[in-house]
Amino acid sequence: MNTIITSKIILTTLIPMITGLLVMFSGKKPNLRDSWSTLGAIITFVSVLNFLPIILDGQQLQYTLFELYPGITVKLNLDALGVVFALVASFLWILASLYCVGYMRGLNEHAQTRFYVCYAVSVGAAMGAAFAGNLFTLYLFYEIVSIFTYPLVMHHQDEEGYAGAKKYIVYLMFTSKAFLLPAMVIIYVLCGTLDFNTASIAQGIFPAEADRFVVGIAYLLCLFGFAKSGIMPLHNWLPDAMVAPTPVSALLHAVVVVKVGVFSTCRVMLSIFGTNILHETGLGIFTAYFVSFTILTASVIALTKTNLKARLAYSTVSQLSYIILGVAMLTPNSITGGLIHIANHAFAKITLFFAAGCIFVASGKKDITEMGGLGKRMPFTMVAFGVASLGMIGAPPVGGFVTKWYLALGTMDIHNWILLCVLLASSLLNAGYFVPVFLQAFFGKPLPADEGLTGSLETKPLILFMVVPLVITGTLSVLIGVYPNLFLDLINLMVKS
Amino acid sequence: MEKYLILNTLNFPILSLLLLIPVVGAVVSMFLRGDTVLKFWGLAVTLGTAVISLPLWSCFDQTTAKYQFVELRHWFPALNLDYVVGVDGISVLLVLLTTLVMPLCILCSWTYIKTRMKEFIIVTLLMETAMIGVFVSLNTVLFYIFWEGMLVPMYLIIAIWGGDRKDYASIKFFLYTFAGSIFLLVSIVAMYITTGTFFIPELMDHAFPFSYQMWIFLACALGFAIKMPMFPFHTWLPAAHVQAPVSGSVILASILLKMGGYGFLRFCLPMAPAATLYCMPYLIIMSLVSIIVGGYLALGQSDIKKLIAYSSVGHMGFVTLGIFLLNDAGIKGAMLQMINHGVTTGALFIMIGLIYERTHSREISDNSKLGMFMPIYVTFLGIFSLSSLAFPGTNSFVGEFLVLFGAFDKYPLVGALAIPGAILAAAYMLRLLQKMVWDDSDGHGHHGDDHGDDHHLSDCNFREFIQLAFLTVFVFWIGLHPTPLLDMMDTSVTHLIHQVNAGGAVQEAVHHGEHHALLNEAGAWVKNLF
Repeated sequence: MNTIITSKIILTTLIPMITGLLVMFSGKKPNLRDSWSTLGAIITFVSVLNFLPIILDGQQLQYTLFELYPGITVKLNLDALGVVFALVASFLWILASLYCVGYMRGLNEHAQTRFYVCYAVSVGAAMGAAFAGNLFTLYLFYEIVSIFTYPLVMHHQDEEGYAGAKKYIVYLMFTSKAFLLPAMVIIYVLCGTLDFNTASIAQGIFPAEADRFVVGIAYLLCLFGFAKSGIMPLHNWLPDAMVAPTPVSALLHAVVVVKVGVFSTCRVMLSIFGTNILHETGLGIFTAYFVSFTILTASVIALTKTNLKARLAYSTVSQLSYIILGVAMLTPNSITGGLIHIANHAFAKITLFFAAGCIFVASGKKDITEMGGLGKRMPFTMVAFGVASLGMIGAPPVGGFVTKWYLALGTMDIHNWILLCVLLASSLLNAGYFVPVFLQAFFGKPLPADEGLTGSLETKPLILFMVVPLVITGTLSVLIGVYPNLFLDLINLMVKS
Repeated sequence: MEKYLILNTLNFPILSLLLLIPVVGAVVSMFLRGDTVLKFWGLAVTLGTAVISLPLWSCFDQTTAKYQFVELRHWFPALNLDYVVGVDGISVLLVLLTTLVMPLCILCSWTYIKTRMKEFIIVTLLMETAMIGVFVSLNTVLFYIFWEGMLVPMYLIIAIWGGDRKDYASIKFFLYTFAGSIFLLVSIVAMYITTGTFFIPELMDHAFPFSYQMWIFLACALGFAIKMPMFPFHTWLPAAHVQAPVSGSVILASILLKMGGYGFLRFCLPMAPAATLYCMPYLIIMSLVSIIVGGYLALGQSDIKKLIAYSSVGHMGFVTLGIFLLNDAGIKGAMLQMINHGVTTGALFIMIGLIYERTHSREISDNSKLGMFMPIYVTFLGIFSLSSLAFPGTNSFVGEFLVLFGAFDKYPLVGALAIPGAILAAAYMLRLLQKMVWDDSDGHGHHGDDHGDDHHLSDCNFREFIQLAFLTVFVFWIGLHPTPLLDMMDTSVTHLIHQVNAGGAVQEAVHHGEHHALLNEAGAWVKNLF
């Protein structure tokens, strides 16, 4: 493996931050401001795309910015895992920034400049997390994401918004200070460095003589420290954070924020601890069982929710744990299944949230029971919703199927029937809470008040800003199911090392 | 004597000038008229001092633990008392902190101080000399003169320009710190009687018997713990902070509190190494209690100044914790944390003064919802609050991380017990930030429509912006590139740790027997009482 030292990789993190500044200074001109967002998103995506051939070639990019103390640096390092996440997040940001225009203007939201600034900086910090070359850098960007998404969650500045945002910041800050900080110190004491071992996912960075008990404690602290990954019992902030405007829920709470959590967890498992130690100490299989509980419980809770966004939130909690489950099973197949779900879940879930937001703007409906007959009035939205649901359930040809396939292979590799049953049961549960939404939209009875209303709701120009992105993401979630090779190649680079 | 010193090789007596310029400035200001003239004069003098102090940074020799830029004049030969000043890696940063913060103290008082401007400038300049003097003295008598010399100007700052309860706060401040320094004086005299010298490096090399060390250690530590302030000697601090004018609070937070930590490093550790090793567990426990209690009390405050004052107790707990871990990371972390606290808390007090001038209240609820009116102010508030809670990338993170690293490396349990302090810091600072920027709960905030007099809430002007921007540079510089600072202190810290361990080892042999002798002595003394 080759490592290329280049300062170019700073750009990918920097561009969204600069976008944030430009947005801030053009707050008085909404059209200019919103163009900055989209332009920034496109440039960010292109900059990631630019690195793709190098990464596919089996090389890595690296740059050290600052040294705080020997072994503790602000260091960026782009490898296959990072590029998967960066690619997905930056691409979806383009669509989300278009969608934002439709949503925020459609509802005439206040403080839009603040919204766009925080949005851009959060994405930039997520890019930084994807590019992080050591645990400190990861922690740095992880915390920036926490701080800058806070104003987004309390955007409405009403009682509900403040309460949700308070819960959000308390959960995230408490866990990172209480668990992540000591974990980082312990790892530094044991290893003398916080740099990731990106050359091999098996070795980790711990010296052979490190006390396994202490390593185990550090691992558990990391697992619970990244509360953004929504592992129960630290998932509670996520449903409450849904008070945020839907574009926030869509990009941040389906893709950026939670994926930063999951990505960090996977990164720490693979590049700090390594599969050898996790296997030897049994921590891998422990994690697998632990997140299985989250997968099933969150799905059951989702069944009980009739608010569409709440149902999607619990679905997110459940789906995120798939990713960790895959990595925790520690076989090449399962790790592939887990990591590819970062992309598959992102495309499908953002479609679902986009659809939920679109329904709300077009018809003002939030509750599933009110959505009877909506399929006829918003056909594109509801069809995209249906396709994305299939992805969540794991049915071919949508991306989710690839995930389930590899995860199932993984359970068979380690001959674990319990985990296989978990996968099957959760697929059924997924079907149990997504199919009724679809059925209700197309075959359900409209509310008495809506009786007789006909005509498409998808024709207004602002609504089109929302429908087009969601149709694109819906289509893409099928495409990456039919043609998953790009992501598979990238993840193979990771798994084979 | 020369083996401890490197005489000043600059072509001007830098340390004496630093001591002299503010005094001369104070004398000259007696003859000046007009508030504006006085303010500019004060600013010029402090800025001049700051500029003159810069060679301490650029010409400092990092390779030696000896005292540098030394000036030596015979003073009272009969008493073996010399005028000797010098700096090493531990004091040089604190001197620079002092000279750089003082211009800000004048700037932040520009409109805040409305009465008796002449006296204010004089007192502030005298204060500067005394503070620099404490850090550069290499002689216990000189140290004590400056140490006590600080008390009076500080007392005056609180008592003349303070708030409603200034009498109570200033007397309390004076009595507490004076009581502490009396014990310091006793140990200075006692050490002189035993060794015949006031020269600090010689006292460091003198191997005192263990029981003697214990008395010295306890006497000095009491003085420094009050200054620090460590729980349970901290109660003077919130009172003094709340009542002091803005510059008083900044001086208190940024520089005065550091003298406790400096005293521990300069006196307790090297002069009483065996006692230090013996008392280490108790001081670590006291530090942990300070961290938790300070944070917990800060969480419950509705007065912004009190909140920051209690947070100082917690932050200073991290400093003493680092010092008494007695390892490289711990002491460096403690040193860095002292600088960081000077920068961050100083900035927060400036910000409180700034908002107090506009709303005339220090209550959080009267200063809420500022986000709409004061975007620049709120941005700075965000930066300094995050710095205060040790957000990664800011200065305090490095200091806190080093202290925690030192703790987990040596006693993992101590490290684990300090973590709640870090959590509490996040809790009270984010709470403050949230309430001041947005807030929800009550109608006291500034809505714009229910306040006709919103011109009070103009955003930062240029003068205020400069002060805060200056400190912001340090927040990110130390946060991302602390290596130059750590290199400055490296050799001296290594030397200090060596002093403690070597001194402790010499005493190790006799330690045990003497310890019992000490207890017996104490026991006999108690019996005699009855």
